[in-house]
Amino acid sequence: MAQITLIEAVTQALAYEMRNDDSVVVLGEDVGVNGGVFRATQGLQEQFGEMRVIDTPLDEGTIAGLTVGLAAQGMKPVAEAQFEGFIYPMMEHIACHAARMRNRTRGRITVPAVWRAPWGGGIRAPEHHSEANEHLFTNIPGLRVVMPSSPARAYGLLLAAIRDPDPVIFFEPKRIYRQYKEEVPDDGEALPLDVCFVLRDGTDVTLVTWGAQVKECLEAADELAEKGISAEVIDVATLTPLDFDTIAESVTKTGRCVIVHEAPKTAGFGAEIAARLSEECLYSLLAPVERVTGFDTHIPLFRLEMKYLPSVERIVEAAERTLAAS
Amino acid sequence: MSIAAKFEIEYLQYLDQDGKETGKELPEFAKDLDHMVELYKLMVSTRVFDAKSIALQRTGKLGTYASCLGHEAAHVGIGSAMRREDSLAVSYREYGAQLYRGVKPREVYTYWGGDERGNDFADAPAHDFAWCVPIGTQCLHAAGSALAFKIRNEPRVAVCTIGDGGSSKGDFYGAINVAGAQQLPLVAVIVNNQWAISVPRRIQSGSGTLAQKGIAAGLYCIQVDGNDIIAVRKAMEDALERARSGNGGSVIEAVTYRLGDHTTADDARRYRGEQEVKDAWERDPVPRLRKWLEAKGKWDDAKEEAWKAECDDWMDNEVNAYLETKNQPATAMFDYLYAELPADLEKQRELVASLDRK
Repeated sequence: MAQITLIEAVTQALAYEMRNDDSVVVLGEDVGVNGGVFRATQGLQEQFGEMRVIDTPLDEGTIAGLTVGLAAQGMKPVAEAQFEGFIYPMMEHIACHAARMRNRTRGRITVPAVWRAPWGGGIRAPEHHSEANEHLFTNIPGLRVVMPSSPARAYGLLLAAIRDPDPVIFFEPKRIYRQYKEEVPDDGEALPLDVCFVLRDGTDVTLVTWGAQVKECLEAADELAEKGISAEVIDVATLTPLDFDTIAESVTKTGRCVIVHEAPKTAGFGAEIAARLSEECLYSLLAPVERVTGFDTHIPLFRLEMKYLPSVERIVEAAERTLAAS
Repeated sequence: MSIAAKFEIEYLQYLDQDGKETGKELPEFAKDLDHMVELYKLMVSTRVFDAKSIALQRTGKLGTYASCLGHEAAHVGIGSAMRREDSLAVSYREYGAQLYRGVKPREVYTYWGGDERGNDFADAPAHDFAWCVPIGTQCLHAAGSALAFKIRNEPRVAVCTIGDGGSSKGDFYGAINVAGAQQLPLVAVIVNNQWAISVPRRIQSGSGTLAQKGIAAGLYCIQVDGNDIIAVRKAMEDALERARSGNGGSVIEAVTYRLGDHTTADDARRYRGEQEVKDAWERDPVPRLRKWLEAKGKWDDAKEEAWKAECDDWMDNEVNAYLETKNQPATAMFDYLYAELPADLEKQRELVASLDRK
């Protein structure tokens, strides 16, 4: 079995589901001959033709609106936003139509579409190519916001997203697109949506994160272990609808929680998790909930971007503060 | 001097404002006078429906409502040219087209009366879009529909309607642009009623006609007298046929006039003069077709009176059905959000259910 990267797992999932379901089409800028700027759609047009792997005009609004129309007429479109920083012109169709169509029509018209977007910082890219903006989507009702953190989860969650009868925003952490390889069988097995994954068991503190930051959290857990601190690591994976039960169960056990994300702190999705912990788990908490996040600034251009992104060091320090508090 | 591009826009009109033929040979459908009577009757019933809607709003029985007064020829012309399997993406006042396709007045009342169930059409094609409030966005939904039809090799056409104001939106340009690039079976109809709430046509665009916006996209373009149903219907039939046979999309500009306010929340006297509106009434599409049918011996005062009475009964029946509709349970706000209610929303739904029981 071949070892593949996260980006290759995306391609593998797209190809599998296009073979499996004729109604699946891929559309976006440069997704055809070029195979996408990150090569997520590499080889798909050769395999499935120009009518199913569609290079669109260079207009994100057009891509998003076409996607709604395709889905409303029984197709399963997978649209690519070339970077998360270019998704803003798509938001009207996502928020005003994709997310609302089922509700607006009492189920007569649905939008089973996926919007894929490379997401997050850390690849020394120009401005607008490094955003973490998942929180702008997590309070839009009717959407799913999903973010994989490994090749296997990229494959399984993307299959699930395409098969889901409702619209899904699928953010792909581009910093770990090619970070490592793992075996991902091309067996068409989807992973469950609306479920958090516990990646490492621990007893002293819970690290809650998603996307590329999973890597830093696992490394922080290793460092903490060397210091005799046992950290549990949760990959949220589907931000909304949230599987809060898994987080609550873990924090009830450990009594401590550090939430880690790249997006700005204020009103980032970590704020929602912290609020839910205070509502539902306050009496199990042994220390204040910590957040290690991007700052309430724009992510700097690349000479400074690693100063902005949460580091292993900041995560370890936050975890130690929770231990020191009790 | 060498010329890189040249274009012209045809203007189509069969009936002048007095209902007299302009001399152009009538298209086939217009020679079927019984059919023309049916179209006329729907224009009248649309007008009766519209007046009833406004009366409902004025008496507190309907929310904000966008009147279609003056657009009857354009809307019925669009709807009557389409096949059932074609898809229609409207904005929010194209009732003549929708009634023709089977939308019930009670469904219109239900939606504008604050209940989503009005969008769950019982008889109209299930693939027709719901009312679309964000201006222009429906054009791209139609383009996406047209792309779906093309991918599946189905002989179907996606039609969208948009106003003169809406034709300023990026989504309109995006839709016609991709339709041209991909040879999509899209017919975009600009129902130019001269006013986008308070902003007149001249402020929307420096384009000589709105139809010619489609030239740059590589579409077939035509401007028609939007108060002449024969012209609208003919342009639609040609455009639909062209699209259905794989020969590309069209932009049709139907020039009409918004005789009423933008919506019941608007007062058009604030921004436009009486004389302009008075002049526009001279071009009213309904009496124009009536005069033509009367001259052909197909219509008269007695028929008019009898049909209006029938429309009144129809609308009363629809209004009663609407007014008798009980509210949805409050939990309905959760029940169509996703195919299945996510576990994380169950508590919120229970809270709403308990409040609803109080």
